[in-house]
Amino acid sequence: MAAVRTLVVRGADWPIVAAGVALDVPAAVVHANRVVATSPAARAHDVVLHQRRREAQSRCPALVVLDHDPSRDARAFEPIVATLDALTPRVEITRPGQVAFPTRGPSRFFGGDDVLAVRAHAIVSAAVGERGAVSVGVADGILAATLAAEAAQLTRVIPPDATPAFLAPLPAATLDRPELVDVLGRLGLRTLGALAALPERDVLARFGTDGLAAWRLAGGLDERPPALAPPPVDLTVSVELDPPADTVAPAAFLARGLAEELHDRLWARGSACTRVVIGAETEHGDHLERVWRAEGALTAAAIADRLRWQLDGWIGGPARHRPTAGISRLWLTPDEVVPAGGRQLGFWGSDAATVDRASRAVARVQGLLGVGSVAVPEWRGSRDPATQIALVEAEAVDLTAERPGAHRDRVAAPWPGRLPTPSPAWVHGEPTAAEVVDTAGEPVLVSGRGALSAPPVLVSVAGGPWSEILAWAGPWPLEERWWDSARHRRRARLQLVTADGQARLLALESARWRVEATYD
Amino acid sequence: MRSGVALSELDALAERVRPVTLTREQRLPVLPAFESILPGAGLRRGATVSIGSATGVGGATSLALALVAEASRLGSWVAAVGLPSLGLVAADELGVALERLVLVAAPERDGWGGVVAALVDGFDLVILHAGRTGVRPADARRLVARARERGSVLLQLGPGWPEGADLQLEVIRARWEGIDDGHGHLLARKVRVTRGGRGEAAQPCRADFWLPGPDGAVEVAIAPVHPLRAVG
Repeated sequence: MAAVRTLVVRGADWPIVAAGVALDVPAAVVHANRVVATSPAARAHDVVLHQRRREAQSRCPALVVLDHDPSRDARAFEPIVATLDALTPRVEITRPGQVAFPTRGPSRFFGGDDVLAVRAHAIVSAAVGERGAVSVGVADGILAATLAAEAAQLTRVIPPDATPAFLAPLPAATLDRPELVDVLGRLGLRTLGALAALPERDVLARFGTDGLAAWRLAGGLDERPPALAPPPVDLTVSVELDPPADTVAPAAFLARGLAEELHDRLWARGSACTRVVIGAETEHGDHLERVWRAEGALTAAAIADRLRWQLDGWIGGPARHRPTAGISRLWLTPDEVVPAGGRQLGFWGSDAATVDRASRAVARVQGLLGVGSVAVPEWRGSRDPATQIALVEAEAVDLTAERPGAHRDRVAAPWPGRLPTPSPAWVHGEPTAAEVVDTAGEPVLVSGRGALSAPPVLVSVAGGPWSEILAWAGPWPLEERWWDSARHRRRARLQLVTADGQARLLALESARWRVEATYD
Repeated sequence: MRSGVALSELDALAERVRPVTLTREQRLPVLPAFESILPGAGLRRGATVSIGSATGVGGATSLALALVAEASRLGSWVAAVGLPSLGLVAADELGVALERLVLVAAPERDGWGGVVAALVDGFDLVILHAGRTGVRPADARRLVARARERGSVLLQLGPGWPEGADLQLEVIRARWEGIDDGHGHLLARKVRVTRGGRGEAAQPCRADFWLPGPDGAVEVAIAPVHPLRAVG
């Protein structure tokens, strides 16, 4: 059975367009130090996706670097999606900048796929205007339609049944399954056609369900056979907003909880959803609805993201498209439900279950204390015990995935001047002031040549009582960033063991001693 | 829903056929050095552990990190609450798997109950540092009950916790080696740890450990001794 005939409208380089940067300016959107979107002018300078920011800037010094902000993309996109309501009520947003809808009804009404594609293109390019380019693709299945839109100048319609032939010469890497594509490549299967030519049973036996899904896509079929049973009706979750929200923040706050609720309800049935309807009702009784779809099952966080983006699109959009009153109710309805495969818990509990448990607990704590309250460590190169590991907000990382930043081998380069091990177990974020004196009661200083003025004898921390120094080591001078007058630091460090048994790391900077860390 | 019923039946079945676990398996593993000082050679799931140090003696933080290291390495997740100054490099050196460590900001005094209850649900080990604000006694009792039910281990670091713990470890002496007047550097530390507590941990006991030793490993320096108690 062929896949659902689908039309995809794609705003080229949408993140750049949404940021309001003209496409002839070299610009790149950067997320986690990697380029995630580029403008045509930047591509002309060999700035490519997944490049490091610094490398991109070295290739094109005039590059405008933009922050990755899906909310901004969604906000700018909502008015564009609204224009497509003239063609069909079943518009699905796959990501900010790209929408899809099945062509069956509208094509009949408007007189064929070609006419529909031209019409959709005209409507959307009128809405986007001079800011960016739009392309439209029609084919069997969303993957083929997306690829057709990417290949199209204006519109491209792949005739019915020609989809497999259109997909066959394309590289397997278009499947967006890096691990599978890597294996396929080593087996000599480099195009979608080569994969599609394999027998279905063998693909399932060798590559499992994920491989089978890839095989179906490569053959121009839908990823999963169409679901015959409609999703159960009672899975809608909703929340009342009192007072009604006319800004994004209070509504977005509820988004997370609502998304978790939907996810948990589906999860309890062993399902996950790939397409979700986000609905809102305003004080005046207006109903707003949008469908979002994803290629795989949506996680709770992914649903919450989409809900937040959509709210941003509604509330933060231009005045013409904004709802006339505050939003008083929000709901989520799963539109397409699939068995939750791949994330099945082990019968006795497994590693996957532990991670899942931990990340749910993290989400709950974020709900209680705020998103910034939970952090995970990530290695950085540095000489300071305080900055050798940075704390990254848990919201910004995927706890369920492998995190290379959490491994020490991430820091390959040696950092001369680092402290000898063992490292202090207590690193003061705000160093505490201290006084160090010699036998004569004079403050101990370090000369320009890195020598102590006299052996230290007594130390007082934060104005506390004097305690006797039993042993000390150092001073170790440290001169950092001597090339940068603003951030230049000169310090001398000293390890002290006092009579009370505590060992501390002190540093002298600008003639003042501070306790940097305690070896607790 | 038929699938819903089937799933709940499956859950019930799994519960019934689940093998009965040995007491030893209900313990989280610890470094070999600590096996001799902990009853049952591990951290009993659902237990509360308090880790402190005598006035003016350091080493409690390192001891807490070293205690969770082995379980963390073997796949348990660790949450540290109210420890913004935790030396993460030291945690790594003592063997804690940083990819399974999460740091949570200290909540307000009223917030401890909710936050720690959420963490106990998801983490095998929760290190708490209540600090100056402290935890309300009612919250503390609820949390202890919750941890027992979920099988997580609560480790309280320092003061601020109103409940007595099942297992109490205290550093009573610490001595640094490798450092002298102006030469060498902090290299190794020998600590003396006393154990007390309730139930199986009630018999007092003390041992000396290298925390860490000259090669960076945590090792026993003097095997545990059980001081005789005056009887009758």
